Amino acid sequence: MEKATENALLCTHCGEPCITDRIQVDDKPFCCEGCRMVWQLLDDKGLCTYYSLNQHPGLNRRLPVRKEKFAFLDDEKMAAGLIGFRNEEETHLTLYLPAIHCSSCLYLLEHLRRLHPGILSSRIDFTAKEIFLVFHHRQITLRGVVELLASLGYEPYISLHDLGRSRPNANRDLIYRLGVAGFCFGNIMLLCFPEYLGLGSADGALRQVFRYLSLVFAVPVLLYSAQPFYISAWNGLRRQFLNIDAPIVLAILITFARSAWEVLGGAGSGYFDSMSGIVFFMLAGRVLQDKTYRELSFDRDYTSYFPVAVTVLQSEGDPVVKALPDLRCGDTLRIHSGELIPADGILTRGRAFIDYSFVTGESVPVTKTVGEIVYAGGRQTGAAIEVLVVKEVAQSYLTQLWNRQSDPAAAKPSFSFVNTLSRNFTLIVLLIAACAAVYWRLHDPEKIWKAVTAVLIVACPCALLLTSTFTNGNILRILGRNGVYLRNAETLERIATATHIVFDKTGTLTDASDPVLGYDGVPLTPDQQQAIGILASQSVHPLSRALARKFGSMLADAHVHDYREYPGKGVEALVNDHHWAIGSAAFVGAQTAAHDLPGSTVFVACDNRVLGSFSVSSHYREGLTTLVRRLGPGLRLSILSGDNPRESARLHQLLGKDTRLLFGQSPLDKCEYISRLQQHGERVMMIGDGLNDAGALSQSDVGIAVTADSNNFTPASDAILRADRLHLLPEFIRLCRAGRSIILGTFLLSILYNVIGLSFAVHASLSPLIAAILMPASTLSILLITYGSSNLLGKKLLSMRR
Amino acid sequence: MSVIILLLIASLSVALLFLGAFLWSVKNRQFDDDYSPSRRILFDDELSIDDDKMPEILN
Repeated sequence: MEKATENALLCTHCGEPCITDRIQVDDKPFCCEGCRMVWQLLDDKGLCTYYSLNQHPGLNRRLPVRKEKFAFLDDEKMAAGLIGFRNEEETHLTLYLPAIHCSSCLYLLEHLRRLHPGILSSRIDFTAKEIFLVFHHRQITLRGVVELLASLGYEPYISLHDLGRSRPNANRDLIYRLGVAGFCFGNIMLLCFPEYLGLGSADGALRQVFRYLSLVFAVPVLLYSAQPFYISAWNGLRRQFLNIDAPIVLAILITFARSAWEVLGGAGSGYFDSMSGIVFFMLAGRVLQDKTYRELSFDRDYTSYFPVAVTVLQSEGDPVVKALPDLRCGDTLRIHSGELIPADGILTRGRAFIDYSFVTGESVPVTKTVGEIVYAGGRQTGAAIEVLVVKEVAQSYLTQLWNRQSDPAAAKPSFSFVNTLSRNFTLIVLLIAACAAVYWRLHDPEKIWKAVTAVLIVACPCALLLTSTFTNGNILRILGRNGVYLRNAETLERIATATHIVFDKTGTLTDASDPVLGYDGVPLTPDQQQAIGILASQSVHPLSRALARKFGSMLADAHVHDYREYPGKGVEALVNDHHWAIGSAAFVGAQTAAHDLPGSTVFVACDNRVLGSFSVSSHYREGLTTLVRRLGPGLRLSILSGDNPRESARLHQLLGKDTRLLFGQSPLDKCEYISRLQQHGERVMMIGDGLNDAGALSQSDVGIAVTADSNNFTPASDAILRADRLHLLPEFIRLCRAGRSIILGTFLLSILYNVIGLSFAVHASLSPLIAAILMPASTLSILLITYGSSNLLGKKLLSMRR
Repeated sequence: MSVIILLLIASLSVALLFLGAFLWSVKNRQFDDDYSPSRRILFDDELSIDDDKMPEILN
């Protein structure tokens, strides 16, 4: 039996404190029936290694999964979108299980076939949190498999997004190219050594063999490995934009042409080793920079958040399950407890008690009565309701906002100071090449071709590309270790150049899941506090959770009888033979004061006597007071809030007088405020969390989604920031800016190398040996400097504040 | 000098073999998940995934 503290029993399955000691098997305590059932199932099948690999590996099963939730999987058309392969007997299936978190999960999920004979094998991809299943569909249906997983606490996440989606494999392609380039580079270098050491001249025939072999090895580098650069340069040119890849492609082509001409003409060994080396290192930099977070998704639209299908009531006959895109105005939906409202509609039956936490960041549910409009995106927390659809899914208030910019690449034009730098650099180099050509034309016309090609070879801005990709890659990694996950390297630069930061208030600056509770009423004895804590911990309502946390340290063995929950009203039970009720004023029979806001005040009554009320106020995240000071004077700040301005004084005190505060902002207002700022020439960084910020996040130059847990579903954004690291924002911005300085500094150094090379080149005396020494020397020193300095800076900025 | 040619051929074929092995291992998703294999080996006494069957399914 596990005991964390003296008087708190922890559930064997999930490790949460047990409310009662009545649910026990073999002296093992459980917090709820759900957990006990999972444990017994695993015990029956001899899978209890699950519990010995990690302490409390399970997931809380207090909220059972609704029986019909996965009914839509019986529909052939929907199932077909998920199934990877199916023949007469077997079905292959890949599912995303966000709950995977430890080796116990791995153990259990790979032993699924012991739980059901129909499952042939299961395999986990831990990084992607995916399970690959093979099962006999005659013995177990797709729905059965999904329900089995859900019953164990590993509920698969199935969204419209998954249906008919092909999985991207772009990065692997780059790795193949890198492998080929590395192979060719190494071999060409070996083949070149004899010549550099002056040994080749002894045997002319052997020297020719070596040279031709180098040529053969250089061909795959030119035709296969360097392809990404051709594509990028061509895409740039087509849009009349000279990016950094264009001069690089030019240099690669000219190096190859001149080297091939030398080898075939027997004049020399060419620069194949330098060429393939450069391609190899540039590809390595690109792989490093493009390493994205596979488990995170930055491109979520509403379809990945909404359910796949909903229950539609028909005037005659049984309710049917319909896919979201097939919903029409006038359909009546039945929304069960815990389900999302997929489209704007009018409540026609039941009492809606809607948690809009994902939409507004406000965790306190809102009550709606029949006839009122309910907006899509809310989660029903009470009993089942019926909703008449008045707007189709894609036209709903929020989804429309979310979809405003379906093509983010087009909305945000690509810009990078690296491209500007490389363009100027290239122009200067071309000028030098022209000068050299003119000079040799006057003095020794035979050397024009040699001098000009040598200049172009040396002048390739590959050093710039290397320093930018390696610096960016390393900074992305440092940020990732510290809880900021960026979509790509370009985001680094957008963060570095931002001039105005716009914060959302609720859920971003405040921690909605951890409200501050104020108490107003008769002083409570420890016994009473304990009783309130125990009663509150039975419920999953956010206010109850807050109460349970507040009094959680006093949980002890107590007898809870006749527990009853009334959605939208409150909870009641007999605790230690006293009747306790927690809930709204009407529920416990209290008088409401004028300043009490519905939904943010909860009343407590013992034996029908009202003791007092707890009211909730926002809890601001740690480190906010110093945040503004540490951000420095260069950045302007704004706060947008959907709330009323009752906390404006406190916000001013927290964030300084210069911060602009705007209250009562609708999602559309937020979006427009940002585009107004942009029209005034500001580069806006938006930091928000909910669906209501989705429009603003995509409108801004860089949108950062704040989330308590990176596995949660965040709106489409450029970066995902862990909420507990928000106070590190100034350091993150400084690191991004430092990255620019590193790139610039190393680039200046590389120009020094280029000047040395050019001095040989304009004399038309760039021997392959000099190129072969210059190339790796400059590359390696650049890599060392970028890597070392970015690591050093990252440590300096972030270590002290962790 | 012909011995050098022979050595060259030998070394190149070994190098090509390794290149092939590398490409195969990437294609076989051996670098995709760096967590599970190290844990999976710890429960091998109970677990017997049909390893000969998995690769063709995965590709």
